[in-house]
Amino acid sequence: MTVTASKSHYQSEEFARRLRGRYAAERNFKIAGIAALALASLMLVVLLTSIVSKGYTAFQQAQVRLEVTLDKAQVEERNYTAILRQALYAQFPQITDRTGKRTLNELLSSGAPYELEALVKQNPAIVGTTQTVWVRVDDEVDQFVKGNFSRSAPESERRLNDAKIAAIDAMVAKGTLVQAFNTTLFSAGDSREAEQAGIWGAIVGSMLTLTVTMLLSVPIGVAAAVYLEEFAPKNKWTDLIEVNINNLAAVPSIIFGLLGLAVFLGFFGLPRSAPLVGGLVMALMTLPVIIISARVALKSVPPSIREAALGIGASPLQTVTHHVLPLAMPGILTGTIIGMARALGETAPLLMIGMVAFIVDIPHGLTDSATVLPVQIYMWADSPERAFTERTSAAIMILLGFLILMNGLAVFLRKKFERRW
Amino acid sequence: MQITVLVLILALLTVSGYQMGRSRAAASVGGRLVELHSVPSYHGFYVALWAGLPALFLFALWTASEGWLIMRMVMSALPDRLVAGDPQTLNLLKADILNIAHGISTGRDVDPAVTAAAAHYNSLRAISDWSLLAIGASLAVAGLAYGRQCISPDLRARNRVERVVNIGLVVCSMVAILTTIGIVLSLLFEAMRFFSVVSPIDFLLGTHWSPQMAMRADQVGSSGSFGVIPLFTGTLLITAIAMIVAVPVGLMSAIYMSEYANPNVRTWLKPILEILAGIPTVVYGFFAALTMAPFVRSIGHSIGLDVSSESALSAGIVMGVMIIPFVSSLSDDVINAVPQALRDGSYGLGATKSETIRQVVIPAALPGIVAAIMLAVSRAIGETMIVTMASGLTANLTANPLDAVTTVTTQIATLLVGDQEFDSPKTLSAFGLGLVLFVVTLSLNMVALRVVQKYREKYD
Repeated sequence: MTVTASKSHYQSEEFARRLRGRYAAERNFKIAGIAALALASLMLVVLLTSIVSKGYTAFQQAQVRLEVTLDKAQVEERNYTAILRQALYAQFPQITDRTGKRTLNELLSSGAPYELEALVKQNPAIVGTTQTVWVRVDDEVDQFVKGNFSRSAPESERRLNDAKIAAIDAMVAKGTLVQAFNTTLFSAGDSREAEQAGIWGAIVGSMLTLTVTMLLSVPIGVAAAVYLEEFAPKNKWTDLIEVNINNLAAVPSIIFGLLGLAVFLGFFGLPRSAPLVGGLVMALMTLPVIIISARVALKSVPPSIREAALGIGASPLQTVTHHVLPLAMPGILTGTIIGMARALGETAPLLMIGMVAFIVDIPHGLTDSATVLPVQIYMWADSPERAFTERTSAAIMILLGFLILMNGLAVFLRKKFERRW
Repeated sequence: MQITVLVLILALLTVSGYQMGRSRAAASVGGRLVELHSVPSYHGFYVALWAGLPALFLFALWTASEGWLIMRMVMSALPDRLVAGDPQTLNLLKADILNIAHGISTGRDVDPAVTAAAAHYNSLRAISDWSLLAIGASLAVAGLAYGRQCISPDLRARNRVERVVNIGLVVCSMVAILTTIGIVLSLLFEAMRFFSVVSPIDFLLGTHWSPQMAMRADQVGSSGSFGVIPLFTGTLLITAIAMIVAVPVGLMSAIYMSEYANPNVRTWLKPILEILAGIPTVVYGFFAALTMAPFVRSIGHSIGLDVSSESALSAGIVMGVMIIPFVSSLSDDVINAVPQALRDGSYGLGATKSETIRQVVIPAALPGIVAAIMLAVSRAIGETMIVTMASGLTANLTANPLDAVTTVTTQIATLLVGDQEFDSPKTLSAFGLGLVLFVVTLSLNMVALRVVQKYREKYD
């Protein structure tokens, strides 16, 4: 018998074609996976760059240098506006008509007189002398100096007319109008005027709210986790609590806002817009997160630790407080920080309980009216002025900074104290 | 002020109670500690609990009932001509008294009797605060003395303290249940008030949503209409767009990360998704409104489509991006739960990696993936900030993703922001919407969680 030289089935043309097809499919599938990840990363990059590119300019604010003569009579009348205006006119001796002067008046921020007044209050000795002061300019001038308004547009469509632009150019050329670090952004509360608006009020509000949240949700959450993980008998009742906690973790945050509105404001009559109520609502919201992560941390402590403690005569509670809890602490701490970071970024429930009000003052207590950083972002995002868009982005950058800090801390703690049993 | 003092006194008494209990227990056996039933620190805790707990309960009860009681006393002292009114005027009167008592001007002329009542209120309040301070402090001292009295070598201090701590732990674990009950009751109660004005059938099946109610009966267009169908179609439209973005991207990322990527690449890729998950929703909303919407609009214009500036598409895409990490991490879990033996079997038959994934791993993980998608849908339905900032307010009944639509959560947020009277159907309708939202998301979650749990047990 002669062996025919026919190709085996596996060497046939058809087989090779199929194999090529299968390898191509394999390649395409892998490329699809990479593409999905690339798309997600691209969105992240686009998001961050769009915010940074819009917002980095907000950390600077244009200021004008004025030689003010603090005339005693005018100071007593508290006519700081006139003092500033005279100083400004002095820089433009050629402008004498009313329209020209009005144009100059509009360059200054409406908050500038108060700045000057504060300066005088701080140091009354300067009354009657001539001082060099830097005062903020109007937000539109600021935006123009930053190059956010086009010069080429026809005058009627521009926010600044030719006379203003000429004055600004002259001052920039002389070096009396420069950009400096925007301290107002970090020291002031909200304002209708962009150049006077800051996020300090919102940051303080966020801190107060978060303090209440932490003081309530951490002890209660850890205690609940200890009970469920270490002491609870396995029965219908504890099953119900478990299902409950898992479901609560997935309830939309706005529902917690409705709860706060109906129960804390409606039933208990607590004040609107208060960090106290905001903290209570956030505590209820973060509680499931903390319970779940604390339970995971407790579960990871090996049973041999408990058995050893019980074996030398510790009571169950002593076992938990002396041995299990300290060992689970890093894990609990990590979960807590992540829960707090989520609470810091949460907005929707706080809208329901009135923390969306326009508040100029820096809050001082738990029952003062306050707003928080994300809500401030939400409110500023609604303002049409270019200067507010810029400040919104800056506020977002600061919020993200805080979040990165908190999450970084959580990662650090996890890395440092993580223990494999 | 009195409350701060009371808290300070309580803290002081508790700490000193602990010290006293400890030293007394040690003294009672003359320093031979082995003769004590419990270690001295438990005796300390025992006395501290006696000093702190009764006063704390009193404090809680007092603050809960104080406002209501004082208001009753003030109201009963008012002349009849003021008190004889319907509940609404009475509420207004109470609010006036409170405002004047807190030194807030009501902005209109007030009856001298009301001013007097406010003064009365303030004086009662002061009396109440002082008596709370006195009674609370003496209760704490009495508790301390009693607890100290009880200490003897045979006192089972540890067991008693542990029982109290145990009760405390149980109470803490019930807070979650109480929260759920609170949510359900508050939504039901307010929604009932709403449904007494608007019939539930009209609410659930109506196709027109315009919650504006006239202030006066004779005003034009006085009746608002509350049909939620357009809100639901809007919500579903945006959710569907979000899912079209999030499910393929999230699922493919999860597959790539768990099946293809080597550990080094994983450690670089995972944080990207984690950052996406950690960005607050208000930031996504800002991005959707100020970057995505103009972008979608300009693309639409360039190919000749008329795109609304608050299109469902832009809100949906950004919401999809927000949900990508959610889908991917949940799918990652279920894909990893598929046993390696199934994959090895498939490789042994000569399947390529992608064939194994598509024909073995995904079918095995399918229930878990479906549950993950359900959880993502529930997340998308309940998401508020992105849609509030980037989608419209007009309730359009449309399936066109280029139109502006509104959603359930947007309406809740806009109906309740700002000062409204609490009993107009407009405000109450938000609770009706909240109830529907709660029921929908809860049922999605319940089913999904059950599926995930069942599925996890399958391969254990």
